[in-house]
Amino acid sequence: MPGTSNTIPQDIAAYLKTQEEKTLLRFITCGSVDDGKSTLIGRLLWDSKLIFEDQLATLQADSKRVGTQGGDIDYALLVDGLQAEREQGITIDVAYRFFSTDKRKFIVADTPGHEQYTRNMATGASTASLAIVMVDARKGVLTQTMRHSYLVSLLGITHVILAINKMDLVEYSQATYSTIKTSYEQFATNLNFQEVVCIPVSALRGDNIFHRSPHTDWFHGPTIMGHLETVDIQSDVSQKPFRMPVQWVNRPNLDFRGFSGTIASGQVRPGDIIVAPSSGKTSQVTRIVTYDGDLDSAETGQSVTLLLQDEIDISRGELLSAAQARPTTADQFEATIIWMHDGPLLPGRKYLLKAGTRTIPAQISELKYKVNVNTLEHLASKTLKLNEVGICNISLDHPISFDPYRDNRQTGAFILIDHYTNATIAAGVIDFALRRADNIHWQSVEIHKDARATLKGQKPFILWFTGLSGAGKSTVANMVEKKLHSLGRHTYLLDGDNVRHGLNRDLGFTDVDRVENIRRVAETAKLMVDAGLIVLVSFISPFRSEREMARMLVDEGEFLEVFIDTPLEICELRDVKGLYKKARAGQLKNFTGIDSPYERPDDAEITIEGATQTAEQATLTIVKALETQGLIPSS
Amino acid sequence: MTLSQSSLNSDCSKILKTKAFPKIMQAPSLTHLQQLEAESIHIFREVVAECQKPVMLYSIGKDSSVLLHLAHKAFYPSPLPFPLMHVDTTWKFREMIEFRTKMVNEHQLDLIVYTNPAGLEQGINPFIHGSALHTEIMKTDALKQALNKYQFDAAFGGARRDEEASRAKERILSFRTTTHRWDPKNQRPELWNIFNTRVRPGESMRAFPLSNWTELDVWQYIFQEKIPIVPLYLAKDRPVVERDGMLLMVDDDRFPLKEGETPQTRSVRFRTLGCYPLTGAIESTASTLSEVIQEMLVARTSERQGRLIDRDEVGSMEKKKQEGYF
Repeated sequence: MPGTSNTIPQDIAAYLKTQEEKTLLRFITCGSVDDGKSTLIGRLLWDSKLIFEDQLATLQADSKRVGTQGGDIDYALLVDGLQAEREQGITIDVAYRFFSTDKRKFIVADTPGHEQYTRNMATGASTASLAIVMVDARKGVLTQTMRHSYLVSLLGITHVILAINKMDLVEYSQATYSTIKTSYEQFATNLNFQEVVCIPVSALRGDNIFHRSPHTDWFHGPTIMGHLETVDIQSDVSQKPFRMPVQWVNRPNLDFRGFSGTIASGQVRPGDIIVAPSSGKTSQVTRIVTYDGDLDSAETGQSVTLLLQDEIDISRGELLSAAQARPTTADQFEATIIWMHDGPLLPGRKYLLKAGTRTIPAQISELKYKVNVNTLEHLASKTLKLNEVGICNISLDHPISFDPYRDNRQTGAFILIDHYTNATIAAGVIDFALRRADNIHWQSVEIHKDARATLKGQKPFILWFTGLSGAGKSTVANMVEKKLHSLGRHTYLLDGDNVRHGLNRDLGFTDVDRVENIRRVAETAKLMVDAGLIVLVSFISPFRSEREMARMLVDEGEFLEVFIDTPLEICELRDVKGLYKKARAGQLKNFTGIDSPYERPDDAEITIEGATQTAEQATLTIVKALETQGLIPSS
Repeated sequence: MTLSQSSLNSDCSKILKTKAFPKIMQAPSLTHLQQLEAESIHIFREVVAECQKPVMLYSIGKDSSVLLHLAHKAFYPSPLPFPLMHVDTTWKFREMIEFRTKMVNEHQLDLIVYTNPAGLEQGINPFIHGSALHTEIMKTDALKQALNKYQFDAAFGGARRDEEASRAKERILSFRTTTHRWDPKNQRPELWNIFNTRVRPGESMRAFPLSNWTELDVWQYIFQEKIPIVPLYLAKDRPVVERDGMLLMVDDDRFPLKEGETPQTRSVRFRTLGCYPLTGAIESTASTLSEVIQEMLVARTSERQGRLIDRDEVGSMEKKKQEGYF
């Protein structure tokens, strides 16, 4: 019987030898709720004899307690790991399962069919080489089937099995099978699949899973396992050009400088000429070092350490590449991203982008459109919400090297990380570089910040006032500026209201606009610091991420956050501009503190208790702090 | 891929888009163990490159042995760029501690041994206080104390997803709050081999390089790489007592024999190793590695069954993990 390890090997040494030749296939299963994904995986585990007696006992007990098969064994329970989910009867996260036959080891990502869990499907698909798309024979190709197939294709999987499940409930009808197969194939011509294999199955009864079903004598294709064991997925990646992101510079002593990494594509041999794309410098590979001795060649997927002929400057993040087939290096590209966070995408906000082994600040410079994953329609949008897919332009603080994702799944992928919470908020695939990045270069100037500051006889820095409307930011900032001016300092005060009359006249008060508002002010403040000025910025600036972004624009020690901590009740009581009254009356939308959040600073350099301190006291505190930190001379 | 290879019959399979790649040469595919090894090495390097102060939790068992072997491979020829830490409950098998000492000497390991001082003072004893309390104080609490004491921001562990249902859904890099809690509903999505290692001060990561290994993979790898393991994994005549359906080894004189109990000598081995009062042996004559693997292949009982702690209540491992147990 193919694929089962049920005979006790007599010659264990010979057996282990054959086991060492096994390859590995990662695949995902996807489909709608109740299409039988978990049942299919449970069945694969069951048939490959991977269920142990105690697991069987647990399974039998669970099947009786919470099973959906009327007390019969519910294979799905094997797979639905977390207790809470067991009780709900649905799978809600990505679960990885393992089984193995004589030919291959398999890693299955079980991914949920619920609409809100698109991110989990994308997660499972990212490492898979093949997808089993499940449909219920009674229902045929549904909207969800299309969505899953689109995501599978977006994540670069080119091998698909369409498992037409629950054939036992349609009397193993060939006509039903053919109709579903035809309609799926029509739809799939729009996607980038290399191969689709349609198989009629019953996961519950085991038809055409491991064993050919006696009920479908009209079907002559492979069983699910037959196909999984033989599908060729290796040759594509090894024939691509050599790429290896440097993970770690290996320097045990002064005579050894190796570059450690996992080969993302292609092969490498001593003598090969490779390039470090960020500098364009090339060198020859002299040795491929491993714990088990030097190698004559290394393949895609191997973790190695390379030694080079020449001393060229290479650090973590460099994408070592074949010199004759170089990757793209750019600081702007178009990408398709999947939003994976509860909070929405805010174009203009600085996020961290991690691609390969490189992490750099990046922002979505333009969201072109979002994709309706059910119809593949393009929809205009200013933002993306959880589980939405969008096409956007991304600009980076520094150029990186990459390949378009369709050419290379390892070197064309990235994740976005929130600066403040460190959550992974999006996953993206690079479509292509934007050429305009090549044409804007930094104009190098000869008079620098230090020179300008020296002439003014001061240290430039930003004093960033944040707090609720009416907290007293502008009053205090004003007094601090007067004080600094009287001390002979060159200053400038950027005030929220004033800037909104000019530079930021086009912006409103939505989250997206607030982010852009702060971005522009922060960039302006940065230019002024560059000009040698002491800049006072007085803005509500409600989000930590943007304050953090502003901080990152200037050098360390040049940014001081001043939190005017006045409780909302007091601000509202003061209501100098009558804005709280309007907001409470519903005449003013998105008002900070009322219907738009204010994120308190956790570690502001200076905090002023707005309720107890007078503006004069606050000014004194701030000026003292500046003196203590050596930013202004002591008086 | 050509049409004749991929489709066993043209009725069911159809090439939608054929890219006619001329095959330059057939690349030798990596075996599954080579792929698992490379993936584990990648995880080790990524965490070391990005975290401030990593540590490897070393429990002396076979998974730790494999983990240590992989760590040496990941950084060769450099020495290990992190210390090892053993949370010692003082109830480990004597042979485990001997093995630990031997490994430290052979590999010049920087090993921290930590025991919960409060637990030690209270004389926590699994025979008296039961497995749940013992595990909580001497393992879970001890681990948290040690991580706080040394301010590690990343800890490598040898857990595998195939061990237990709740582990199957845990990430390779598993985020822990400042109180070391795991929140299964709020895990970072993990795509490709791009890991988000970022934590704020006080928060930490658990890194599981063996996530995708199965018990059989571990044994095959030990066999293939000739990795040293504690002799308790191989069958030998040992003094045991049968209690509550488990075979417990009388490893030292702290074992309180109940009335009528006399240790019997039986040929036994262990599938997992932990505290000796909580770890059940299985009867076996497999005294070599290949015999152990042979037994494994026909085994019908899963690995963690020998451990008392999982059986306390349904879903108990998931609860322990949320509280900070590894």
